[in-house]
Amino acid sequence: MAATAQIRTVGRILVAPSVILLFLWMIVPLGMTIWFSLLRYNLLDPGTESFIGLKNYGYFLADPAFFTALTNTLVLVGSVLGITVVLGILVALLMDQPFFGRAIVRLMVIAPFFVMPTVSALVWKNLLMHPVSGLFAWITRLFGLTPVDWFADVPLLSIILLVAWQWLPFATLILLTALQSLDEEQKDAAKMDGAGAISRFIYIVVPHLARAITVVILMETIFLLTVFAEIFVTTGGGPGLQTTNIAFLVYAQALLQYDIGGASAGGIVAVVLANIVAIFLVRLVGKNLEA
Amino acid sequence: MAIQASTSSKVVATVAAWLVGFVIFFPILWMVLTSFKSELDAFAIPPKFLFFHWTTENYGIVQSRSDYFGHALNSIILSFGSTLLGLIVAIPAAWAMAFAPSKRTRGTLMWMLSTKMMPPVGVLVPIYLLFRDSNLLDTRGGLIFIEFMGNLPIIVWMLYTYFKEIPKDILEASRMDGATIGKELFYVLAPMAVPGIASTILLNIILAWNEAFWTLNLTTVHAAPLTMFIASYSSPEGLFWAKLSAASTLAIAPILVLGWFSQKQLVRGLTFGAVK
Repeated sequence: MAATAQIRTVGRILVAPSVILLFLWMIVPLGMTIWFSLLRYNLLDPGTESFIGLKNYGYFLADPAFFTALTNTLVLVGSVLGITVVLGILVALLMDQPFFGRAIVRLMVIAPFFVMPTVSALVWKNLLMHPVSGLFAWITRLFGLTPVDWFADVPLLSIILLVAWQWLPFATLILLTALQSLDEEQKDAAKMDGAGAISRFIYIVVPHLARAITVVILMETIFLLTVFAEIFVTTGGGPGLQTTNIAFLVYAQALLQYDIGGASAGGIVAVVLANIVAIFLVRLVGKNLEA
Repeated sequence: MAIQASTSSKVVATVAAWLVGFVIFFPILWMVLTSFKSELDAFAIPPKFLFFHWTTENYGIVQSRSDYFGHALNSIILSFGSTLLGLIVAIPAAWAMAFAPSKRTRGTLMWMLSTKMMPPVGVLVPIYLLFRDSNLLDTRGGLIFIEFMGNLPIIVWMLYTYFKEIPKDILEASRMDGATIGKELFYVLAPMAVPGIASTILLNIILAWNEAFWTLNLTTVHAAPLTMFIASYSSPEGLFWAKLSAASTLAIAPILVLGWFSQKQLVRGLTFGAVK
């Protein structure tokens, strides 16, 4: 018994540094953001900080830019999720078939995930989507059509395509991992019972993938809510506000307009949005932890 | 008959899979090819796929004009430094939670996970101001600390899921033999924990190498890693595609190789063990 008590104490001491550090990391900056969000505080106007209560939230939420940024954020997250989950399932099903050179194809499929965001963004913007010399323009002309000026005419769609390309490997890899853990015997048994490929897919594969799909959706949402670098290096949020999402709006308000109070209110709005998703994710992972 | 049918379906699957793989990989391939072109060939219409004058001059220019190695060194210091710090703090915690769990362990793990859900933009303002006031802007140390904190929950979680799989019986046995906690740690646990720790290191280096929110906001020149170095190519001056491609190829090559080695661990790490 003494040994167990001793182990418990040692355990607590060992866990303490992580917990204390993470606690400080979470509570200090977040507390400061909340405090700043209640102040009139502009870096261009030092020394004039004053407490104004919830006014910054009023300004931020009433600003038409907020509504645009919120819409852009939701469109971006929703579209990328749709594309990556649907294509991810299809690609994962294909990768799960027996074929020659599986290892190599697998490497090619997951490669985009390891490309840093600034590289993906600039390669897509210039080499692929440039309206005159880009590869897409050349392909469009092969079909006798007028090339699209991607980042000028459909900027948000351009960002969506680029981000979807970055996240497709993640979805594919997770779904493929889940597919491969599906019991072969179960599939064979269903085959013996005369189940066709489609009913096997609907009744066995889809329910099995359900949890992996949920994980993909939740994890991607967390990251997609804060897409930043891709917008930063390609459009700078423009033209106008067409590609400004919440993360970029907060950045612009803080580091371009020096409005610390307003940006902090925006930051808190972003935290609340992310937390709504996080609650679901933490529950899901928690359930798994017990099993 | 059955064998023939399965062979032909395998051929169809092979063609389809290679096609899909090629399309997904194409932007990277195109970038690498462009990096070996002259700037004129890089802009050529119709595009030159393989038959152009191959040159490595872009790689030389990237180094001489924009100090690639300086930024690469920052990336290396940042990713290795933050990973090392993370391991020092996380290994004891993960060990304790896996082998001496208490009533609070589950709650602690869940809470750590929830800190990862905080969007960085929510704390951008105070971190920026704190960094400015303590002269940490554009320093390696400051950035290492940020990446370390950002990835600490992932490191603890990954290590925890690996440590938990180490059979407890072995520890019981060594305790019976009178091994102290120290001995248990170094002679019994450490050798079995090495693969899990290695995977954690790999994934964390990849994440820190590619992280582009804090690096873009907190660095300018001195501490700027490769993410920032590439971002500086976003304001084009004349013909620059081949040089952009060369710089990009250099920036992603090492991590692409590491990434390919760590595919399996990636799933586990990024889903906090929810999918294995």
